[in-house]
Amino acid sequence: MTAAERPTRILIVDDEPAIRRFLRTSLGAQGFTIAEAADATTALSELQRQHIDVLVLDLGLPDLDGFEVIRKLRESGSALPIIVLSSRTDEAGKVRALDMGADDYVTKPFGVDELLARLRAALRHRLQQQGERPIFRLGDLAVDLVRRVVTVKDAEVKLTPREYDLLRTLIAHAGKVLTHRFLLREVWGTETDVAYLRIYIRTLRQKIEADPNLPQMILTEQGVGYRLKTPE
Amino acid sequence: MSDDQPHKRPSPDALLQEAKKEGRGRLKVFLGAAPGVGKTYEMLVQGRQRRLEGIDIVIGVVETHGRIETEMLTKGFEAIPKRRVPYRGLVLAEMDLDAILQRRPKLVLVDELAHTNVEGSRHPKRYMDVEELLDSGIDVYSTLNIQHVESLNDVVARITHIQVRETVPDSIIDRADDIELVDTTPDDLIQRLKEGKVYMADQAERAIRNYFAPGNLTALRELALRRTAQRVDQQMRDYMQTHAIEGPWEAGDRVLVCVDGGSHGSAVVRYGKRIADRMRASWTAIHVETASAQRSEKELDRVAGSLRLAQRLGGEAVTIPASDIADGIIAHAQANNFTHLVVARTQRSRWNTFLRAATAERIIRRAGDLNVHVMAEGEGRDGRPRRSEKIQTVDTGHSLDWKAYVAAFAITLASLGIALVLQRFLGIQNVALVFLTGVLATAVAYGLWPSLFACVVSMLAYNFFFLPPIFTFTIAGPENVVALFFFLVVALIASNLAARLRAQAFAARDRAKTTEDLYTFSRKLAGVITLDDLLWATAYQIASMLKLRVVLLLPEGETVAVRSGYPPEDILSEADLAAAKWCWLNNTPTGRGADTLPGAKRLFLPMRTGRGPVGVVGLDRDRPGPLLTPDQRRLFDALADQAALAIERIHLAEDVDRAKIAAETERLRGALLTSISHDLRTPLASIVGAAAGLKTWRTSLDEAAQDELIHTVQEEADRLNHFISNLLDMTRLESGAIAPKQDVVDVSDVVGSALRRAGKILAHQRVQVSLAADLPMLRLDPVLFEQVLFNLLDNAAKYAPPGSTVEVRGSRLGETVQLEVSDEGDGIPQADVERIFDKFYRVQAGDRRRVGTGLGLSICRGFVEAMGGSICAGNRSDRPGAVFTITLPVPQDSAAPEETSP
Repeated sequence: MTAAERPTRILIVDDEPAIRRFLRTSLGAQGFTIAEAADATTALSELQRQHIDVLVLDLGLPDLDGFEVIRKLRESGSALPIIVLSSRTDEAGKVRALDMGADDYVTKPFGVDELLARLRAALRHRLQQQGERPIFRLGDLAVDLVRRVVTVKDAEVKLTPREYDLLRTLIAHAGKVLTHRFLLREVWGTETDVAYLRIYIRTLRQKIEADPNLPQMILTEQGVGYRLKTPE
Repeated sequence: MSDDQPHKRPSPDALLQEAKKEGRGRLKVFLGAAPGVGKTYEMLVQGRQRRLEGIDIVIGVVETHGRIETEMLTKGFEAIPKRRVPYRGLVLAEMDLDAILQRRPKLVLVDELAHTNVEGSRHPKRYMDVEELLDSGIDVYSTLNIQHVESLNDVVARITHIQVRETVPDSIIDRADDIELVDTTPDDLIQRLKEGKVYMADQAERAIRNYFAPGNLTALRELALRRTAQRVDQQMRDYMQTHAIEGPWEAGDRVLVCVDGGSHGSAVVRYGKRIADRMRASWTAIHVETASAQRSEKELDRVAGSLRLAQRLGGEAVTIPASDIADGIIAHAQANNFTHLVVARTQRSRWNTFLRAATAERIIRRAGDLNVHVMAEGEGRDGRPRRSEKIQTVDTGHSLDWKAYVAAFAITLASLGIALVLQRFLGIQNVALVFLTGVLATAVAYGLWPSLFACVVSMLAYNFFFLPPIFTFTIAGPENVVALFFFLVVALIASNLAARLRAQAFAARDRAKTTEDLYTFSRKLAGVITLDDLLWATAYQIASMLKLRVVLLLPEGETVAVRSGYPPEDILSEADLAAAKWCWLNNTPTGRGADTLPGAKRLFLPMRTGRGPVGVVGLDRDRPGPLLTPDQRRLFDALADQAALAIERIHLAEDVDRAKIAAETERLRGALLTSISHDLRTPLASIVGAAAGLKTWRTSLDEAAQDELIHTVQEEADRLNHFISNLLDMTRLESGAIAPKQDVVDVSDVVGSALRRAGKILAHQRVQVSLAADLPMLRLDPVLFEQVLFNLLDNAAKYAPPGSTVEVRGSRLGETVQLEVSDEGDGIPQADVERIFDKFYRVQAGDRRRVGTGLGLSICRGFVEAMGGSICAGNRSDRPGAVFTITLPVPQDSAAPEETSP
């Protein structure tokens, strides 16, 4: 999955040495190259000093908070994928970080497998921006993005234009969490009522999911947004 | 009640009532303060007794509500099968009145007198069925809760915040031949509630918990006791009246203490109380108001003071009107079954001594069966001298009301004019009656002194204009002197009588007003259960009855602080606060118009009960001068006494509640420590152990063993994380940091995400989801709601055996959405259904100690309630297993937003 020429370089920013040690060991074993920083200042200078492919950022840092780091990076025009480490009850913080330009988050405590999935989704998204695959497949679902045809188990499913736009947006960012605000802006063009989004998600699920009550494709990140599962 | 007045002679009304009862069945009512006190049980116990005595007895209707003990008692009785009544597609069972009438037992047991019959029955109410049974000569035993008594219904509703629609009229209680109070202490009742032995129809469980608060139960119990006592009193009076027995009836000793306006009033009250205490008898202080005695304000004050003292010392106080003191006292004593009379003997002026001795001696002479105690004159001086309670009052006494005299003069002039006209044009000579009429009119309209004035003026005018020689004040001839003399005598007597009549009418009106005020006040206070409400009601009532500004101060540490007032925005100056504090510390009137600190803007008076002072009342008015008339002072004293008793009642109830809360806090703290030490240490021990094992024997362990140790580390760490999350949620809940969002949420969406999160936990069970298609969007916090569902699923996973099904159902029920999470485990023991939501409470299932924190369900309840919903636990009816039901309101704007353009 990683680029062929050189190993992907990850910068881990967290003030807890134990977290850094565990990430360094586990991610290193997966073939990533690891750089570390214990605070925001060091992190920013590391980013200046060397090329980094992904940033794993804890929101609570001793000198500058994580949001500030995201803001500085995005203001400088950087498209560097950022994955935020957050705590369980802090949905508002997650949404804020995502809306400021973070790509995804994992909630502490987390397993390496979970972080790896997020890393891959973030990296793939970066690779895919050059050109979408013409046909997206996930389970029984197939979406021909050129001909705008959606089939489930090879039977065509009629979607309204809005539903199709919503699905296409989810597909474009498959594997990544998308906030309510982001989806509303992308699909509706304005930030209207979240209720619209919830209703469209419901009808979309009814059309493409095997059991809309136990969705396997469009997953809800409660209090944050939605995530389309990745094909593999 | 209007028929409370004691009849002196056998009363025809009572005889008529009794005659109506002949040939009727007898009604016995088992009265209780609240559901669950054991009325039905008691009724069945007594019914069994009757049956053993050979009485033909059947069960008309008995609701056991599934209580085993009660169920057992119904065994062996003949029960009349219930009538099946179809009603709106249901079949309801009602008591079969006709079958009972046909069967004609001697005695029938009819539970729940207040029951409303299903539409289409002969009578709308069950008590009407009972009346028909009684009319046909069948005896009835029935049960009733105090909340269903018509006249108390609103009082109970105010206490409990539950309005009961089914009521029975008071007359049915008054008509009952026997009333038996089934009494349980609040503690026992709460215990029974916890044991699931109390059944209340159609009430949310939360409401029931409020209903069964100790304060409420105490108030309800008091109501029931009082209502029964009232009924018993009346019954005894009825009996005596119909049998023309003039008492006393030996029903325990009762002491009547006679109070008059003498200076020994409080001494005789104390003396009477000591006698009553020695006999363990109830006692009453009585004051007789006679028409003839003109009492000074000082005497009226003394009487009021003595009567209040009696109330403070735990006695009753009554004032009755009578033409003669001795007759009034004896009549009252006999009509109300007093056995002992206490009177005072005092040495005063010779004239006074003669009068008083006459009264005391006449009482002794006519006492009959009554024991009379005469207090020696020395008794009065035993007590320490009372501190001055004097406050300045408005002097209403003999202020010269010049308008009355002007009017009297005008009336006399008019009489003169009429008399002149009559004499001049009609030739009528005897015009004295015209003047007499004028004098009487003055007496009726303006009282004694103006009428005496009119009397004198009339006499002069009569003499001047009509008695020869005319136009002089001299009188010629003895017959004219006699005429004038008798005119004067008749005018004086007539005006005196008319004036007295007027004074009595005023006194009666004032008394009626005072009684009404007091009654209103006590009714207002009876329903109040929180201190703040009580203080507010007290301040408002005193202010509106006396047209004053009122502040109420209660003790706070060493001093007193304002707790309520009317108008509420009033604030106290430093000087006033100092006066209030002095009043509190010295238990004496202070401030404006009193002997101490008269410079303060307000007058402060202590409120006290038999146990001592409870607070301070501050009074003031914008107008200068004394605040109260003597009458108002007496009314105020009575109001303040009632308020003081009510405050004390609430304090006592609060003390009990506080002790309970303290004990509960202690229990929680203990549970918290146990829980933390257990739930933190156990997973930590496993993790440390497994990690150490891996480190030490890594090379010598085979792969499977290594896997197992690694698994242990991971699972136990998850468990630790779960526990800490719960602790955090609990802390957030308790610190009030939960501010639920009001998002519009699709229920199925949240169910889905909760199930995904719980996927690992529910790996060994099957999950089945059935959500109705018409579920509306709800307004709630999706994160909190997901956590609630997750905790419920987690709980189900712990108690449901592997391979069983965990079910999530959602349906719309009117204006609510119900979500059920059910499992196929052993279910919840009946005793635990209520406690299962308590913190750190775990259902103990044999030896299997479940790996739970005892917090999950408690958090569920906290979160659901924070979002405006409710949650309850129960067992499935279709198979073994527990079911948790969340009920959430459907928001007003729940209609799905429609988009116009696709």
